[in-house]
Amino acid sequence: MPTSVMPTSKRNGPRPPAAVSAVGLRKSYGDKAVLDGIDLAIPAGSVFALLGPNGAGKTTTVKILSTLIAADGGQAQVAGHDLAGDPQAVRAAIGVTGQFSAVDGLITGEENMLLMADLHHLTRREGRRVSAGLLERFDLTEAAKKPAAAYSGGMKRRLDIAMTLVGSPRIIFLDEPTTGLDPRSRHAMWQIIRELVAGGVTVFLTTQYLQEADELADRIAVLNDGRIVAEGTADELKRLVPGGHVRLRFTDPAAYRAAASALGDATRDDASLTLRLAGDGSQRALRSVLDRLESARVEADELTVHTPDLDDVFFALTGGAVVPDPHEETVR
Amino acid sequence: MNSLPLAARDASTMLRRNLLHARRYPSLTLNLLFTPVMLLLLFVYIFGDVMSAGIGGGAGRSEYLAYLVPGILMLTIGGTTIGSAVSVSMDMNEGVIARFRTMAIHRGSVLIGHVVGSVLQCVLSVVVVGAVAVAIGFRSVDATVLDWVLAVGLLTLVSLALTWIAVGMGLSSPNAEAASNNAMPLMVLPLLSSAFVPVDAMPGWFRPIAEYQPFTPAIETLRGLLLGTETGHNAWLAVVWCLALAVLGYVWSRSLFEREPK
Repeated sequence: MPTSVMPTSKRNGPRPPAAVSAVGLRKSYGDKAVLDGIDLAIPAGSVFALLGPNGAGKTTTVKILSTLIAADGGQAQVAGHDLAGDPQAVRAAIGVTGQFSAVDGLITGEENMLLMADLHHLTRREGRRVSAGLLERFDLTEAAKKPAAAYSGGMKRRLDIAMTLVGSPRIIFLDEPTTGLDPRSRHAMWQIIRELVAGGVTVFLTTQYLQEADELADRIAVLNDGRIVAEGTADELKRLVPGGHVRLRFTDPAAYRAAASALGDATRDDASLTLRLAGDGSQRALRSVLDRLESARVEADELTVHTPDLDDVFFALTGGAVVPDPHEETVR
Repeated sequence: MNSLPLAARDASTMLRRNLLHARRYPSLTLNLLFTPVMLLLLFVYIFGDVMSAGIGGGAGRSEYLAYLVPGILMLTIGGTTIGSAVSVSMDMNEGVIARFRTMAIHRGSVLIGHVVGSVLQCVLSVVVVGAVAVAIGFRSVDATVLDWVLAVGLLTLVSLALTWIAVGMGLSSPNAEAASNNAMPLMVLPLLSSAFVPVDAMPGWFRPIAEYQPFTPAIETLRGLLLGTETGHNAWLAVVWCLALAVLGYVWSRSLFEREPK
């Protein structure tokens, strides 16, 4: 799967068809422009993450691409069908799992599944088979006869995805699929998403968790205030922001002073006996640091490598919070 | 691919979903039955002797029961459709409706499922309240088979008309409480009709209110069918009222449903 190719760059072989493409999507509510010209090109079979803070326009984007609401401007194709021109064809190709579980709480999990099977016009037998299989796969067989309203958050989300899969969609929109889930359920959801992708499904994911985008997505677009402010692979985005360093911490002031003189280019923090060295954390950079410490015969009590993570990128790009200054960052 | 069978299939799936809701949570339907049954017993056993004077001709309690039942049956329909407005409004706040909107199903099937389910509930409620009426002595002596068929047809038509209006009220209400309040006229209008006393017995200023509303002609027509009283032009008026309300409610509900969700 291509993971690091910009839309404009050359690649070998034929381009996979775009599962989702959009040009200049706009949406306003009253005076407020929620989406201010969004361009997207998502190859089939990939995972795309739309990352942004609350209110950035993530859910609005999903609502437009899943035909729930109409864009005010711009155009988009989903699964090769025009959103405005043939929404029913788009609907036949997609599955949507919203931020708030789209399950019918008044009926049981099994009844929810059979409802989906009926709406996808499966035969009764086929419907029962598909529904039982998916309930089993998402570990819901035991709870199948209970009303969905009694499910935990993680179970509801699993039922939600299971319902989405009844129609075997080729493109799945997941709007903040792990928001509000505990860590175990979150990891279970990640595993589900990876399995979907392994099955050839295109996943369009929104999230406010950087780690999630980093874990799952082939490409990430950072959405802020209705605009895409950066797009690329996780690595490409991380390269946009400097801030990688190695940090050495000492308990013995003498060792600290010896190390500081051996590593002349280090930034000193005398109060906490900590040295920081700018660097990308590569093996070579680390070896050079260790060699210099070795020859000065000092040993650090703690060595940590800090690479810029998506948090740094996120804060730098969205400008919503103070970008931590490497020189003033306190010891974690 | 023919779209009509698909539409019918989707609508019947949605109907099954609503019937499942009603069967699983019968309290809403049962609560709504309480009011017409209570009014029936109250007006017959407590106010009966006084009220019978209002219908003239030296009538007694049993004559008043006969007079009252058609109105109570119409009021039952009005009350049941309040429940429909509430359940539509509750349903629209469910995430699953958003899911339906992103699926390649017949657009109107969600509403049609609600409407057919509500009409069935209305008919069932009418049967229950009618059974109570029969149990306390109501008899329809003169009605022919055709009269009965027409009576059932009229009750169904009224149910359909009021249900479409109720669905519109449910769709336009932000939550269940608001839907219940907004749909109140469906219960209040029969109280202001000829259900309890003839329009002629009302004060002059009030008569137009009782006369120019759908319940009075519908009740008078039902009375004519079940008791053989004079219906006059009420039958046509009732049908026109019902068709007009059904079409209005349908157009209103469709446009509300097609409106962009928030």
